[in-house]
Amino acid sequence: GFAERFNRFLANFRTVDEDFFEDLEETLVGADVGFDMAIKISDELREEVKLANAKRKEDVRDVIIKKMVDLYEADGVNEDTQMHFAPNGSTTVILFVGVNGVGKTTTIGKLASKYQQAGKSVLLAAADTFRAGATKQLQEWGERANVPVVAGKEKADPASVVFEAVAKARDEHYDILFVDTAGRLQNNVNLMQELEKMKRIIQREIPDAPHEVLLVLDATTGQNALQQAKLFKDSSDVTGIVLTKMDGTAKGGIVFAIRNEMHLPVKWIGFGEKASDLREFKPDEFVYGLFKELVS
Amino acid sequence: MAFENLTERLSKAMKNLTGRGRVSEEDLRATMREIRLALLEADVNYDTVKKFVANVREKASGADIMSGLDSAQQVVKIVNDELTATMGDEAVPLNKSPKIPTIIMMAGLQGAGKTTTVAKLAYKLKNEEKARPLLIAADIYRPAAIDQLEILGRDLEIPVFSMGTDVNPRDIVRAGLAKAAENKNDYVFIDTAGRLQIDEELMQELKDIAEIAQPDEILLTVDAMTGQNAAETAKGFSASLDLTGVVLTKLDGDTRGGAALSIRDVTGKPIKFVGQGEKPTDLDVFYPDRMASRILGMGDVLTLIEKA
Ligand SMILES: Nc1nc2c(ncn2[C@@H]2O[C@H](COP(=O)(O)OP(=O)(O)OP(=O)(O)O)[C@@H](O)[C@H]2O)c(=O)[nH]1
Ligand SMILES: Nc1nc2c(ncn2[C@@H]2O[C@H](COP(=O)(O)OP(=O)(O)OP(=O)(O)O)[C@@H](O)[C@H]2O)c(=O)[nH]1
Ligand SMILES: [Mg+2]
Ligand SMILES: [Mg+2]
Repeated sequence: GFAERFNRFLANFRTVDEDFFEDLEETLVGADVGFDMAIKISDELREEVKLANAKRKEDVRDVIIKKMVDLYEADGVNEDTQMHFAPNGSTTVILFVGVNGVGKTTTIGKLASKYQQAGKSVLLAAADTFRAGATKQLQEWGERANVPVVAGKEKADPASVVFEAVAKARDEHYDILFVDTAGRLQNNVNLMQELEKMKRIIQREIPDAPHEVLLVLDATTGQNALQQAKLFKDSSDVTGIVLTKMDGTAKGGIVFAIRNEMHLPVKWIGFGEKASDLREFKPDEFVYGLFKELVS
Repeated sequence: MAFENLTERLSKAMKNLTGRGRVSEEDLRATMREIRLALLEADVNYDTVKKFVANVREKASGADIMSGLDSAQQVVKIVNDELTATMGDEAVPLNKSPKIPTIIMMAGLQGAGKTTTVAKLAYKLKNEEKARPLLIAADIYRPAAIDQLEILGRDLEIPVFSMGTDVNPRDIVRAGLAKAAENKNDYVFIDTAGRLQIDEELMQELKDIAEIAQPDEILLTVDAMTGQNAAETAKGFSASLDLTGVVLTKLDGDTRGGAALSIRDVTGKPIKFVGQGEKPTDLDVFYPDRMASRILGMGDVLTLIEKA
């Protein structure tokens, strides 16, 4: 794993020389940040370690962690990492998009619980009419969270489910509507257009909606996640990322590259299959997570 | 395409080499760097890349320039051959039990594509061999996992054995196997819940199911978009289970799928099938040579090399 490799690299550490930084690059690549990003980070760290005049292993480690957090945050200085809601009293619509099996439906289930418990009235739209059992899956999450679900017939046009749900949410003054969509690969042009259509319908019914379009990314995904972020952003104006499956051994380092190239902030972290396994994203915790086995 | 073509990169790195007799040490170093980058961009595991590059380096340094091929192309050919060889050269068919039923058990991380693959593979066997498979729904954890398998079975006219979510998966498997014996099904598929390889309790459950079912195939299902973590996952699953093969899913995306190489390297087990879409027919036999070209990101170049 990443931490193991990082440990090994610190154990072998004697002086801050070129080998040191080459090893660091490898370490970062191992966390999926991608090669270009790894070079960029290690170049900046090289500078930083020199400036801080760090000599001891612990100093270097601290400088690295601090700098990684700075780097992550610097890419997003003017970004809003908060969730966006509609102005007082009107309905907030949050659309979920992403490739197959990343955790869209589960994340909606988690957020539904969260906001329901916070006293909001929540409605779910089961606009994945394609995948076998997808509607039933969302309905089970709805039952757990004690919130209603608008569903269509099997293989119905997802746009019709979206329309019905948005109208209901608006007319019955729900606080938040979460829209679940079918997983689709970013290079599937037809399915990406279907997504645009759903978005247009939402906009037609509630002009300032959707208030968030959240792209769900699986932390185990490698360099392809960059492509996912690009193409989903192009087609549906993604406003933020949910990084799931952070309870596994993958570190989700690809969000560094995504942040750097596309300025898309991560808003939520999923770390399990239970309703409570979701928390807001904190860059320092995330970076700390990359190194957690060492720092403890 | 998402990634820069390896051949383009190599050509750039070696553009003044063409026509020379031998690849110099320095040129080789530059080339190896490009290969390394290409493989890392394709998500091949870091350690696998290291080993692989050392291997190729040895072969390439001894190689002469073939007529009609420039050095870049020749190195690409060596890399391609080596990749293909690493992934097993030939397609490996499904294991079959001498007496029915052949039992196929799925394993893998959450959302990798196990349930979908069960339906696809059963459907394939039904069509190609007039097989009479039974699908056992042993995922009691994911909401509506049983419904998902039942709907797939209903649409494909393949029977599904389920006992709801209040029964231990071990008992579901036992009962399902008894049912298959009774009905003389020739194939049995066991759909298991997704789990992390570090989840000891759930990994024990998988071991127990394997112990009970004595499957002919234990297929690790892996998402082709997986990054560096693929090796970690493969290690974890193969430490607990006697995997017999791998299914690589979601290859219809524009991923390079370098995870395939990492998994193959770590498990030593053949990739048997690839999932290329969500429809029941979107399952294909795995061909190592095609995967090699995909990882390297070069289609046309290969045909060029073959012609030369
Ligand atoms: N370990 C872990 N598993 C998760 C997490 N989030 C989701 N999952 C699991 O991942 C699998 C897929 O989750 P879904 O919510 O169905 O994913 P999806 O994006 O809706 O999938 P499709 O609708 O099929 O595209 C399920 O088994 C979930 O329980 C997480 O944070 N950690
Ligand atoms: N595009 C594409 N999607 C696939 C492929 N295989 C599976 N999927 C999709 O990936 C998602 C997850 O597939 P599942 O079969 O539910 O995965 P699983 O491993 O059973 O998931 P869990 O039971 O939650 O662990 C679904 O949306 C499937 O339709 C494939 O080859 N290509
Ligand atoms: Mg879903
Ligand atoms: Mg499943």
